[in-house]
Amino acid sequence: MSARNIFARPARYAAIAPYLWMVLFFLVPFGFVLKISLSQTAIAQPPYLPLFEFTEGWGALKAAFAALSLDNFRLLISDNLYIATYLRSLVVAVTSTLILLLIGYPIAYGMARLPQRWQGVAMMLVIVPFWTSFLIRIYAWINILQHDGLLNKILLALHLVSVPVVWLSTDSAMYLGIVYSYLPFMILPLYATLAKLDPALLEAASDLGAAPLATFWLVTFPLSLPGVGAGVLLCFIPIVGEFVIPDLLAGSSSMMIGQTLWLEFFTNKDWPVASAAAVALLLLLVPPLLLYDRLQRRTLQGEG
Amino acid sequence: MARRVNGISRFNVTALALGLAFLYLPIVILVIYSFNASRLVTVWGGWSLRWYAEFFNDRAMLDAAWMSLRVAAVSATLATLLGTLGAVALARGGRFRGRALFSGMLYSPLVMPEVISGLSLLLLFVALDAERGFWTVTIAHTTLTMCFVTVVVQSRLASLDRSLEEAAMDLGCDPVRAFLSVTLPLIIPAISAGWMLAFTLSLDDVVIASFTTGPGSATLPIRIYSEVRLGVKPEINAICTMVIAFIAVVIVAASFASKLSSSQGESAAPL
Repeated sequence: MSARNIFARPARYAAIAPYLWMVLFFLVPFGFVLKISLSQTAIAQPPYLPLFEFTEGWGALKAAFAALSLDNFRLLISDNLYIATYLRSLVVAVTSTLILLLIGYPIAYGMARLPQRWQGVAMMLVIVPFWTSFLIRIYAWINILQHDGLLNKILLALHLVSVPVVWLSTDSAMYLGIVYSYLPFMILPLYATLAKLDPALLEAASDLGAAPLATFWLVTFPLSLPGVGAGVLLCFIPIVGEFVIPDLLAGSSSMMIGQTLWLEFFTNKDWPVASAAAVALLLLLVPPLLLYDRLQRRTLQGEG
Repeated sequence: MARRVNGISRFNVTALALGLAFLYLPIVILVIYSFNASRLVTVWGGWSLRWYAEFFNDRAMLDAAWMSLRVAAVSATLATLLGTLGAVALARGGRFRGRALFSGMLYSPLVMPEVISGLSLLLLFVALDAERGFWTVTIAHTTLTMCFVTVVVQSRLASLDRSLEEAAMDLGCDPVRAFLSVTLPLIIPAISAGWMLAFTLSLDDVVIASFTTGPGSATLPIRIYSEVRLGVKPEINAICTMVIAFIAVVIVAASFASKLSSSQGESAAPL
């Protein structure tokens, strides 16, 4: 016990470097986003750089505060386009998370029921696509879904359709891409809790006369809820801000908030509005992020 | 009873098989078509390596690939150092002031939408008047990937038997010595797995790199992305296949490392 305490002190010093790094490159940048989201777009100035003058030092801070304005947020709230983006991000994230749960659960369940020596292999097989480039996996789907791609060829050959179906630039393609990319994130936490499930509990349930389906809903599912929670959050949070998948696979008629941010920043060069969109997105994500943080701490640290 | 618990039902096997097919088929198709001789991506014109040759003649693509490899190597190394330190502090530091903020900062980038991380880092670099290019992308990737290293190393540390460190100290080692000679050798496999994860994540990123890079220093994913937006090209298939092959080599090495660390059983004996 005392040895543990002696060990803890130098272990704490190990935090210094990563702590400073994260404060400088993770926490402080949010301050800049907030600051710029409250500043005004300077039309007269060159398209981007000097919207703000931090180089003047902290003496100019007071003046900077006076210049703050909520105009960018007013724009975000008043313009129907932005509200639509906001809502669409939520709808897409909720829908795809549900689909992921429906697909991921049976797979994770199947993995957990495999003989012990096969479980490691199955887990490896699920992880490997996560290691292959995410962009490449989306590109692989573009190959298949394009006008004269493999999918349409198969459908035509089977006489299921008479003319090629438009798959690219549709919501179905986007959902497919999202589900495809995030599936490992759903499967792994689910599998982790399902594999830990004590088989004796299932035996007890069936000894007591529960049908397999009842055993599942009364025993397995409730016990797997921590895994469900982790999987849902791991998918939902990044999907809300997803950019690449909707940009490459969905049509351009309606956008998600990540796309708006990208467009305002790179195409319109409107940094204040892009920053305001980032703040809005972040606000949306604060509750799930807090939940996720708690869950992570409980699973990783145990005694904390 | 035993049959129900250990046996696999047809439903389980089907779900698993379909799931794996869904995960792998698109990649297999992409790889096959990268050897297609035809200029039309959708028409099969026989086997050929011409698109691979095309890549090695594409100066801009080669530059981007080189840039990506350098960024990935440097950022993964930095991330491994910082991430391991963070994991040690979280797993062995007990309670300390600012711990909640520390763990929050280390866990949230794992799920933080990349557009937010990218934009916020860019605004910081502009405010610091940093020249954008290799180092800004490297710093950005380090920030993201060190969190993954922390999670990997921390879960390994959590499953390690602490009595080993304590025994070393009872036998007269000071804490640093106990860590270096007892703990570190045991978590080396997790650390190397963390390095490889950081490396592949950096090699994969397009959003954060787009925000933080400067003119003339595009990474490979940025190049691929801008080509992909214009449509499918056989050369891109070839490049993607090479990236996949390269990462596969990295993964095989990583799986050896994790096999060594016996990450399977949680209560596995540490020696």
